Amino acid sequence: MEDEMQNLAIISILLGSMVLSAFFCIFVRDLLKSAIGLAVLSALLTVVMFLMNAPLAAVFELSVCAGMITVVFISAISLTRTYTAEEKVVNRKGRIKRFILLPVILIAILAAAIWFIWPLATQMLISNPLGPDLSVQDVLWKNRQLEIIGQIIIILAGVFGIVVLFKDRGQEAQ
Amino acid sequence: MSLMLAIFITALIMISVCGIYGLIATRNLLRIIISLEVLTKAATLMLILSGYIIGRMALAQTFVITLIIIEVVVIVVAAGIVLSVHKRYDSLDSYKISNLKG
Repeated sequence: MEDEMQNLAIISILLGSMVLSAFFCIFVRDLLKSAIGLAVLSALLTVVMFLMNAPLAAVFELSVCAGMITVVFISAISLTRTYTAEEKVVNRKGRIKRFILLPVILIAILAAAIWFIWPLATQMLISNPLGPDLSVQDVLWKNRQLEIIGQIIIILAGVFGIVVLFKDRGQEAQ
Repeated sequence: MSLMLAIFITALIMISVCGIYGLIATRNLLRIIISLEVLTKAATLMLILSGYIIGRMALAQTFVITLIIIEVVVIVVAAGIVLSVHKRYDSLDSYKISNLKG
């Protein structure tokens, strides 16, 4: 019983932190802080994945999403123009109006869940049927081989997309 | 239903709402991509949760790996497009990009 309570407390804290990180990403005005919030969200998701017996996906999430995508975002932010002082004042006023509804909606969802959904819970943890499960390698390389080809095509599409984008920019500069 | 599942579903809904709200409310192109990324995190968590519930984590992990690859390609290409747009219009405000406005 104590173990169940402990697991539930850890998962609850992690999920609560994820919600706060997501809110921070959307609500904060500075884009750099927003990108860092996104990295924190990915790192928290990684910990949740480790706790739910998904170590391989967790490693992918940590290295690719928390690492590489953050670098891409920070590079893009540093390559684009920041606002001038006048634009900042104008944007701040409009921003508060546009985003003030988000915390209200989140609090309403939390209140509705606490009042209507949580009392229906009859047990603490999710019953995880520990039947014979294949390894990730078996599923990926034997059962879902076509998916690997699809992934290669997607990566090539991305690479060619980037090549075309920067090729056009080079011609414009000339 | 277990209490943990209820907490998971609540958190998933809240993260998804954050992403959708960001997509709707913002005008900055980079922030739109960040909102999309937040929404993808909710989808990833949902896949892992569903795999955990049915006891087939290997299958769920393969789905998550595929999702991460698609996510990375989308984000990198979108960031490239944003940089091109910024070079052309000198702005990231989606309201100022109105050449295709019909």
